[in-house]
Amino acid sequence: MNMNLTLLGQAISFAIFVWFCMRYVWPPIIAALEAREAEIADGLASAEKGRHELANAEKHVADILSEGKNKAQDFVLQGQKRRDEILEKAKAEAMEEKAKILASATTEAEQERNQMLEVLRKQVGGLALQGAEQILMREVDEQSHRDVLDKLSSSL
Amino acid sequence: MAGSSPAEYISHHIQNLTYGRTLDGSWGFAHSAQEAAQMGFVSINVDTMFWSLLTGIIFCVLFRKASASASVADPSKWQLCVELVVEMVWGSVKDAFTGKNALIAPLSLTIFVWIFLMNLMDLVPVDFVPYASQLAGLSHMKIVPTTDVNATFGMSLSIFALMIYYGIKMKGLGGFAGELAFHPFGKAFLPVNLVLETVSLIAKPLSLSLRLFGNMFAGELVFVLIAALVPFYLQFVLAVPWAIFHILVITLQAYIFMMLTIVYLGQAHEVHH
Repeated sequence: MNMNLTLLGQAISFAIFVWFCMRYVWPPIIAALEAREAEIADGLASAEKGRHELANAEKHVADILSEGKNKAQDFVLQGQKRRDEILEKAKAEAMEEKAKILASATTEAEQERNQMLEVLRKQVGGLALQGAEQILMREVDEQSHRDVLDKLSSSL
Repeated sequence: MAGSSPAEYISHHIQNLTYGRTLDGSWGFAHSAQEAAQMGFVSINVDTMFWSLLTGIIFCVLFRKASASASVADPSKWQLCVELVVEMVWGSVKDAFTGKNALIAPLSLTIFVWIFLMNLMDLVPVDFVPYASQLAGLSHMKIVPTTDVNATFGMSLSIFALMIYYGIKMKGLGGFAGELAFHPFGKAFLPVNLVLETVSLIAKPLSLSLRLFGNMFAGELVFVLIAALVPFYLQFVLAVPWAIFHILVITLQAYIFMMLTIVYLGQAHEVHH
């Protein structure tokens, strides 16, 4: 185990190998390792983000569903209300119409009755005149008694 | 080596293939431990250099293969495997190193994988490569570079240099010297502090390299001993459990070297108050 130039040779080769390792081996491997580490971290982060977004979306869906349910209920209630309103309105209109028809029928009946009365009055006048003619058994001067007859018929 | 005594076999297996100037002035490979020692500092362990460079290049090529085509979305199996190691190293650095320094993490990765690969050579059966290289005309062949103190000291002294460099860079020369002089007992005990802190500073690279060397050398020696002393048809009874245990040891030693490097460099970055 004598010391000799191998010592220097070994030191020089050592320095060269370290230089080679430092220049060509270490940086690419570490770069790859670090890049992969970053990629994994990114992946985990985006997975976490995705999970978060999914939870948000689920919450959003639930919100929309309950909102829809509420709206549907509102619609039903509104419909019922509207139906009631329409029914109420129709009823009121029908009542009004009924009253109108009744009124006009009453008026018409009144008019007809008046016309009938007029006709009857006239016929009664005529009959009374004929009756009076026959009682008197003579021709009455229609012209001269017109006034009397008219007075009579209008008093009927 | 068939035909030689166990002692010869063992000493042959713990001898590096050393190239240098022999006593007679010519250049060549040492044929014995004494000859290698006589060559002095101006010689080189060719086997250690070859196998450490080979494992280092294997590390670079394999890891570059993963990093060159590094994909975020569609990683290959090999890339995932590399990422596993890188993440382990990165986690250790993040835990133990609080400063900011782009060098520490790649340095730790290189230390861990390279030392692991060099240690892994320990699991190659002890005779395969030495025997093959003997056929090729090379007298000795130690294929585990971390069983050579030169290899472990080469690394630990590099780290020692980094420790001193960053210590002075982060704390200033005064701060660095102050740490040596004024701890742990305060200014009144300056000489004591200086001795204690200097010893503990120097102990760091020493323990770093000797721990690795000791563990790997001992592990290799056990394999050699088994091969030298046990009949070949019984060797597996000892060698297999030891090899399985050694899988743990080589990984652990690589991890400890890396971890202590991170801690020591972390200390160099820490500014005391």
